[in-house]
Amino acid sequence: MNSVSPNLDALARHVSLKVNGAERSADVEPRVLLVDFIRTNLRLTGTHIGCDTSSCGACTVLVDGTPMKSCTLLAVQVSGRSISTVEGLAAGAAMSPMQTGFHEEHGLQCGFCTPGMMLVGTALLEHNPNPTEEQIRWAISGNICRCTGYMNIVKAIQHAAAIKAEAVKAPKPEAVAAGGGQ
Amino acid sequence: MAATHVHGGIGESIKRKEDSRFLHGKGNYIDDLALPGMLHMSILRSPHAHARLKSVDTSAASGMPGVIAVVTGELMAQHKLAWMPTLSNDTQAVLATDKVRFQGQEVAAVIAETRYQAEDARDAIVVDYEVLTAVTSPEGAKTAGAPLIRDDKENQKDNHIYHWESGDQGTTRAAFAKADKVVRLHTFYPRCHPAPLETCGCVADVNGVTGKATIYMTSQAPHAIRTVFALVTGLPEQNIRVISPDIGGGFGNKVPVYPGYVVATAASLLIGRPVKWIEDRTENLISTGYARDFHMTGDLALDKDGKITALRVHLDSDNGAFFADAQPSKFKAGLFHIVTGSYDIPTAHITADGYYTNKAPGGVAYRCSFRVTEASYLIERLITNAAIEIGMDQAEFRKKNFIRKDQFPYHSATGWVYDSGDYHKAMDVALDQLGYDELRKDVEKRRKQGEVTGIGIASFTEVVGAGHGADFDILGLRMFDSAELRVHPTGKAMLRMGTKSQGQGHETTFAQIVAEELGIPAADVAVEEGDTDTAPYGLGTYASRSTPVAGAATAMVSRKLREKGRKIAAHLLEAAEEDLEWERGRFFVKGSPDKGKTIQEIAFAAYTNLPEGMEAGLEGVHYYDPPNMTYPFGTYAVVVDVDKGTGQVKVKRVVAVDDCGVRINPMIVEGQIHGGLTEGFGIAFMELITFDAEGNCIGSNFMDYLLPTAWESPKFELGETVTPSPHHPLGAKGVGESPTVGSPAAYVNAVIDALSPYGVKNIDMPVTPDKVWAALRAAGVSE
Repeated sequence: MNSVSPNLDALARHVSLKVNGAERSADVEPRVLLVDFIRTNLRLTGTHIGCDTSSCGACTVLVDGTPMKSCTLLAVQVSGRSISTVEGLAAGAAMSPMQTGFHEEHGLQCGFCTPGMMLVGTALLEHNPNPTEEQIRWAISGNICRCTGYMNIVKAIQHAAAIKAEAVKAPKPEAVAAGGGQ
Repeated sequence: MAATHVHGGIGESIKRKEDSRFLHGKGNYIDDLALPGMLHMSILRSPHAHARLKSVDTSAASGMPGVIAVVTGELMAQHKLAWMPTLSNDTQAVLATDKVRFQGQEVAAVIAETRYQAEDARDAIVVDYEVLTAVTSPEGAKTAGAPLIRDDKENQKDNHIYHWESGDQGTTRAAFAKADKVVRLHTFYPRCHPAPLETCGCVADVNGVTGKATIYMTSQAPHAIRTVFALVTGLPEQNIRVISPDIGGGFGNKVPVYPGYVVATAASLLIGRPVKWIEDRTENLISTGYARDFHMTGDLALDKDGKITALRVHLDSDNGAFFADAQPSKFKAGLFHIVTGSYDIPTAHITADGYYTNKAPGGVAYRCSFRVTEASYLIERLITNAAIEIGMDQAEFRKKNFIRKDQFPYHSATGWVYDSGDYHKAMDVALDQLGYDELRKDVEKRRKQGEVTGIGIASFTEVVGAGHGADFDILGLRMFDSAELRVHPTGKAMLRMGTKSQGQGHETTFAQIVAEELGIPAADVAVEEGDTDTAPYGLGTYASRSTPVAGAATAMVSRKLREKGRKIAAHLLEAAEEDLEWERGRFFVKGSPDKGKTIQEIAFAAYTNLPEGMEAGLEGVHYYDPPNMTYPFGTYAVVVDVDKGTGQVKVKRVVAVDDCGVRINPMIVEGQIHGGLTEGFGIAFMELITFDAEGNCIGSNFMDYLLPTAWESPKFELGETVTPSPHHPLGAKGVGESPTVGSPAAYVNAVIDALSPYGVKNIDMPVTPDKVWAALRAAGVSE
């Protein structure tokens, strides 16, 4: 599948962007939404569509590190930018602190809002490593969850913050080995 | 040898097995599915609530880029598919042929190579409508001279659908004649919508060669849908395969059959390629299963000591254009007649009338067991109003009238047999957790200082876990459920059920039941649901029935395999069966605990070393038809402050004590309660689907239909009591819906308690600041 609207290729524009660290490009109609580009052209289906009107946040991705709702951005608007989606959170099989937090604190039920929530949480901790509950609630207030009632999502983000803080404090594994861990 | 601990039995908060794929963006929701050659469908919907269809011109649309077909009602009628049966034995238009009867009704559909092209062409269809007067309420529906909505039905002369009664009119009338006090409440439980974050949709894939129709669908009840499809289309049932993939929330919205499913399937059959149909949010909110829309009047008769002597209720139900409520066929107003609630009320009489209106059809139970929410709301609001009117503390009034522990099993005035309960205990735990007595004094003190503050209580009783099959069926299908368990030679297992998780955590909870009953660690039990070709037949997941019914089936099938395991163990140990004792995961010889065989060793032997004459394998299936419903209950208490200047209500505290019997995974149970309390908060204060006089739906997107975010949502303090169900094999009762059923009344009761010094007796939901402000002003309160 090369494009959302193959029959309108005459109008197509070339979009080239970095997605989860990899260069991706395609020719798409100017009207193609970023979320459709991600889901249909790139087949990265972890980014969801919940409302089409930027009200629910299920489509949230990070654009150069900032959470944005990809249902109200055009793909052509982000050409040349760097996008992170849920598929880019884990490093191989190892879950990121945010994913671990959501698992440990039961921060998800149906899982539909989860990618957006985790990306917002990840961006929050980048600039505020130790947010208060109020700051977390404000940060995720553009994302709707119908299942959890948010309490466990707040805990999940706090959990991720704690893992990250611990990682900063703890010596690196190599350092342990070099320090006579054997 | 000491008992080995089998990880993941009942009562352990193990982490969820299903999390991983969702955390990595690898869930498999309907819209994630892309089949080779797949086309996309978009539905043209009526902009009018009531109009005669004069013509549908598809000529421009048909020639547009990428368009494969345009389907109209006329085309569907040629295949006898313009109408379909509903879950309440009515008919519903698939694509309109004569009139449109609600805004958002399906008129035509475009099938194209891409969704963008399908939507372009949809907008090029020209429809000529003759606009008719719209009916938007039961009151309007019964007015003399009201337009006849269902002129398609031969014997339908007005807009009345049903009259239904429960209880005893004579004894109730007599009790009211003797009453010392009668308290009346008229309240409207407004229309709201389950609004799961994932909308509804399907991918229909009919194989032109084999005739096999595979329909991937966001369905909470895939088997029932398969049977309905077979009956509607005439396709042989073995040639229909319904697959519910991961579902992004359901809350009742994904129970019914929607026209889009039927059109997509017909289109795939005609075109010979897979067809995908995914609703957008507006389509979801304006056309699919709404909830509530009950206009209720309740009268409570009291004696001079404050004992309730009778309850009388009348309700008018607004059912929309087609009677498509998803509910057991015997009960026209769902299980509303549980309305006597947690109280020992000697006699009751309930009357209900349903009406057609020009609004979307499909009254579903939004996180509720078939209209229990409306019943619980009415009785709990009445109870609080009665307490205020007679000047008795609302907790005290409830305790005075509760069904007592020693009265269970309790036969209610409307025919229910409550299985078990201890309502006084749940109330005491809640009051204690809240610090009620101190808080009440504080409220009185602050009121003297001019503050508007209050405490609301609701002590709900739910009725969940349908059947028993003789009393509960949907279109004749008895409401049993099923579990099939296969233990592999290596001792790992596959469990399949007739239910379908939409986020409830079935893959974990039901594996824990196997762990408990058969001793195979939960991690070793894969749970699969939703594929009708592989799962045993079941009625699906809604009305909190999964744990009460399929959970019971899982326990029973595990026990069956355990009994076969006993025979195999006896053979392996060369002992008599009756000399063997079971501990979780292992049989051993009585008095010789070292001499035993684990379930894994037994499973291996089931394929390698069987007693003479025994059938090989270790697998089974159980269809569980529950002897009774289960009756979860609890007490919720809410503390609010009201801003006199703006009417804004601030929820300060929520204490929720739930008794759902035995909890299988407490973490999952608490997660469900959090979610339900939040949806209850949304219903009480924010969520509203309403209509203007022309029948335009107000609430058609998430700017107008307000859902709670993390910013508004309260924090919850949970408590529990445990009163096992006496008839469920594990003592479990089900919990997913209790908080949505119980909490709206608690929130509203808190507001009414706060406003009671000003004589305010009712504000209908959603309790928005403007309504509170107006009530305060009407009572002469200024800032």
